[in-house]
Amino acid sequence: MAQPSYEIKTDQMILNFGPQHPATHGTLRIVLELDGEVVKKAEPHIGYLHSGFEKLGEYKTYNQWITLSDRMNYLSSLANNIGFAEAVEQLIGIEIPERAKYIRTILAELTRISDHMVWVGTHALDIGAFTAFLYAFEAREHLYNLFEHVCGARLTTSYTRIGGLMRDVPEDFEDMVKWFLGYFPNTLKELHGLLTRNRIWMDRTRGVGYLSKEDAINCGVTGPVLRGSGVAYDVRRNFPYLIYDRLDFEIPVCDDGDVYSRYLVRMEELVQSMRIVEQALKDLPDGPVNYFDHKYTLPEKEKVYDTIEGLIHHFKNIMPGHGFNVPEGDIYVATEAPNGELGFYIVSDGTNKAYRLRVRPPSFVNYSCFDKMVRGNLVADVVAVLGSLNIIAGELDR
Amino acid sequence: MDFETIKKRISEKFPSVEFEEFRNQLSARINKADLLDFMKFLKEDKDLHFDYLTDITGVDYLKMEREPRFDVVYHLYSFKNNVRLRVKCGVPEDDLDVPSLTPLWGAANWLEREAFEMFGFNFVGHPDLRRLLLPDVFDGFPLRKDYPLRGRGERDVILDLK
Repeated sequence: MAQPSYEIKTDQMILNFGPQHPATHGTLRIVLELDGEVVKKAEPHIGYLHSGFEKLGEYKTYNQWITLSDRMNYLSSLANNIGFAEAVEQLIGIEIPERAKYIRTILAELTRISDHMVWVGTHALDIGAFTAFLYAFEAREHLYNLFEHVCGARLTTSYTRIGGLMRDVPEDFEDMVKWFLGYFPNTLKELHGLLTRNRIWMDRTRGVGYLSKEDAINCGVTGPVLRGSGVAYDVRRNFPYLIYDRLDFEIPVCDDGDVYSRYLVRMEELVQSMRIVEQALKDLPDGPVNYFDHKYTLPEKEKVYDTIEGLIHHFKNIMPGHGFNVPEGDIYVATEAPNGELGFYIVSDGTNKAYRLRVRPPSFVNYSCFDKMVRGNLVADVVAVLGSLNIIAGELDR
Repeated sequence: MDFETIKKRISEKFPSVEFEEFRNQLSARINKADLLDFMKFLKEDKDLHFDYLTDITGVDYLKMEREPRFDVVYHLYSFKNNVRLRVKCGVPEDDLDVPSLTPLWGAANWLEREAFEMFGFNFVGHPDLRRLLLPDVFDGFPLRKDYPLRGRGERDVILDLK
């Protein structure tokens, strides 16, 4: 007997996803065009957190703007601080002391770990795995305590200054980092045990949100999304800054281009970050953390109290309307933030403020090909793809 | 590939391009009429192969008193040679049309939309040139130098109505 044919009719439907949806991590809004359960088109509406950081950059001195860089990607504020300070230092043409370079590298990598911990926790939580979230956030908590000990703040660190650091790290910094390096592999093991070969996790992430190598290059994505599509591009390797050219680490790449491969890349990056921290900590040199010319950096308190030059430099750095001048010209400097290439394009007209300050945020460009990734997937997969990109709205909208 | 080779290769095809080196970074300045051809050449040339568009932005040189008033700034990267190139293109105030790069790179889509809403460039050939970060009804171009820091936002408009 022939099977009767059932023709299932589906209607086109518009679904408004966000901006207050718990899985949107901040204020994102996506207008989905659905055919039954299949996504036909996804149109992200962004700008809910637009705060005009680029415009403010033209009115604030370079050191003042560092506090704003915290608020961009608030999960990895140290990476933003470091990226901006690197850009301005290269524009001036100064080289910071070795110790500052090492400390910046250690903190940049610890920030990568803390950022990836938030990512793996919330990404798993969105798809329905609650337990991973608890392990990830415990590790993040230890790191935030460490940051608080170093900078006095957990989230808005503002730790770098142009030409160095706000202050040297505390005495027990090395012990704390060593303790963390001993503690963290266990968390990583737990997370791998909970997720990596988990059948439900694999079903939800494999083959979802596919982005081919050609599309990834064409769309300009960076960071784990690009490496998850099989392109071995990492600013730390291709344009080494700080001390990355002296360190031994690998750039993890996965060819599949789906959510699962981005997950694997990020998990492997955690291991590489630990390797980097270990090596940098071993060689951490003594010495000053600020550039010797106090035209750019604050002098030590003894110099301020005892010498006339120190006092003048102190006032020149602190008083409104003063501060150091930056030579005329323009520069583009990129660093590898946890989400990808974080670039700063600065145009200077020779004064103490930037003439134009452009931020090239990784989230913005990664998110622009969201439509390409979710088209043809089910509506439940939208959350999985969104989680794999790790969009931070503060950085997306600036 | 060093800067001299890049310069030579470009000058063969586009003799009008002006180069500038600062802090070990290379910029090329091209006039607007040749922009699309130039970008196509950079992307598809076998030696240069600048196949990756990193960033598009604008700069308003109103306070530096320079002609033309605006620059559109592109950052390109070549995977093959591991080198960056900055391309600048002057845009006068009375003719804001700029050819869109969306046929060449998908990344140009959002970046051009942002440059449009912040500076008012009209990217000719862009499939969907709408405001991205700002509300659709927003008036003015906030990153221009003649736009005040505390702008005529929603609050000011409401105050005016009262």
